Amino acid sequence: MRVNEHAITAAVILGLIALPVWALIMDEPFTITLVTRAVILALAAVGLNIVLGIGGLVSFGHAVFFGIGGYAMGILAYHAQTYTTLELGMLSTGGTKFMPVIWLVAMVVSAFVAGCIGLLSLRTSGVYFIMITLAFGQMFYYFAISWAQYGGEDGLSIYIRNDFPGLNTLVPIQFFAICLALLCLVLFLMARLQSSVFGLALNATRQSAIRAETVGLNPMRLRLLAFVLSGAVTGLAGALFADLNRFVSPTMFSWQLSGELIVLIIIGGVGRLMGPVIGACVFVTLEHVLGGLTEFWHIYLGVILLCIVLFARGGIVGLLTGKEGAHV
Amino acid sequence: MSEPVLATHNLVKTFGALTATDKVSLDVRAGEIHAVIGPNGAGKSTLIQQICGGVRPDQGRVALLGQDISDLGTQARAKAGIGRTFQISELAMEDTVLQNVMLGAIGAAGNVWRFWKPALNVQSLTEQADAALARVGLSAQRDTICAKLSHGQRRQLEVAIALTLQPKVFIMDEPMAGLGTEGSKIMTEFLDDLRAQAPILLVEHDMDAVFALADRISVLVYGKVIATGSAAEIRSSKAVRDAYLGSDA
Repeated sequence: MRVNEHAITAAVILGLIALPVWALIMDEPFTITLVTRAVILALAAVGLNIVLGIGGLVSFGHAVFFGIGGYAMGILAYHAQTYTTLELGMLSTGGTKFMPVIWLVAMVVSAFVAGCIGLLSLRTSGVYFIMITLAFGQMFYYFAISWAQYGGEDGLSIYIRNDFPGLNTLVPIQFFAICLALLCLVLFLMARLQSSVFGLALNATRQSAIRAETVGLNPMRLRLLAFVLSGAVTGLAGALFADLNRFVSPTMFSWQLSGELIVLIIIGGVGRLMGPVIGACVFVTLEHVLGGLTEFWHIYLGVILLCIVLFARGGIVGLLTGKEGAHV
Repeated sequence: MSEPVLATHNLVKTFGALTATDKVSLDVRAGEIHAVIGPNGAGKSTLIQQICGGVRPDQGRVALLGQDISDLGTQARAKAGIGRTFQISELAMEDTVLQNVMLGAIGAAGNVWRFWKPALNVQSLTEQADAALARVGLSAQRDTICAKLSHGQRRQLEVAIALTLQPKVFIMDEPMAGLGTEGSKIMTEFLDDLRAQAPILLVEHDMDAVFALADRISVLVYGKVIATGSAAEIRSSKAVRDAYLGSDA
């Protein structure tokens, strides 16, 4: 059986619309929250898929950007809810509860940090790259734990979800709509990126960096830009995740989260547009269904992952389309 | 005599006790094919690497059209006009043939920062790529995934990518390897015409091809150039026979 990749995209998006609508009719708000969680994790993994799937760079530190997005939201909203000022050198602000501004800050700061981490880590490759990105992740994790001003280990609670003009974001389906719209927008941009001249060059660099250099392209610059874009997208997802939970804590920076993002992509299909989305849906479903049965549900996740790595290198999208995933 | 297109001056490269390149000075002049031959381990690949930027020589210089390019990296040398093909194919195996050749066109155009338009819809790039594919005779395989190409077709694809770069000089590392008699003959004819576009530094083991094509031949043994001359001169050189060709050449 071979399914067209566009058909998969359409089916997944329709499913992501239909399920919450059904939950709304059946009055099951918790299901809506679950789907929202899947959508946000998918967004974070779509970000990672830029460097992992197209660029071939196994970043084991993408929780950094997820956490930065979360803390960008947390810090801005915290100052707004406590009516205190946030002093940033010359600049001082009273924080904000306005989502678009929070998203922008989350993305800009994530992109900047990704640029700095990329400049250092992209000089290495293979297992060293994995380790150096992991090291950055741990640095941020322990920094967040010791950051007493913003809750340290306990994290920060934001009592009321941030505002989006024209919507009541505390209504689950309305917040879900925001998240899904952002995911669709990013997926659209990702599809353009993947088929663009830049995407072709980055994808070829993954397969042979020497080839790219021999035609006069600079692999470092291509990868650095991919890393920056990737960080910005994952940062945006972090801001939404914090808003979903109305809570930010250092666990958003944890290496387990970085690992989970990689797992999502492998389950769904490395380098495939919908790979991260399908992976996130599977992950959240398992987490909910099996998590209700046993505390050790990760064992089953491990078995699934093992089967995919051994028998279906292209992940679920690969199984459906009959094509292998990108080799990393 | 006009200035050579490519010249190396006293290149030296040692790996520990092994001298891979020993004061190699050679040049490639406009319109010629200059072949470098030598037994396995003579330092041919190391020499190519030093010319293309992958290996930094311990001593000596590399000049392209009189400009010293010794301090440039691989990428900058490619931009300066060095068009290289590899002995073991360096291709994007998961991509189509067209995408592989377009990569060359993208590198030549120098503008990789385009994020919106699908690459396959950028006419200037596809036209260049198609033209290069037509020249090497790979048009029919345009949309084939590179990994499915035969060994010989990969060789042709390597050459097609180098063509899109419109280099000042081609550096070809064993383009005939694994081609078979027929493929080798076609490639020989192709290279014969190609020298008019840009001169070629040809490293090759196929002696029939080398003697048929080369305007000049340099013989590399233990990292040293032991002789440079026309095909006839090399064939009759006693030193070359003893070191490499053997008595029946």
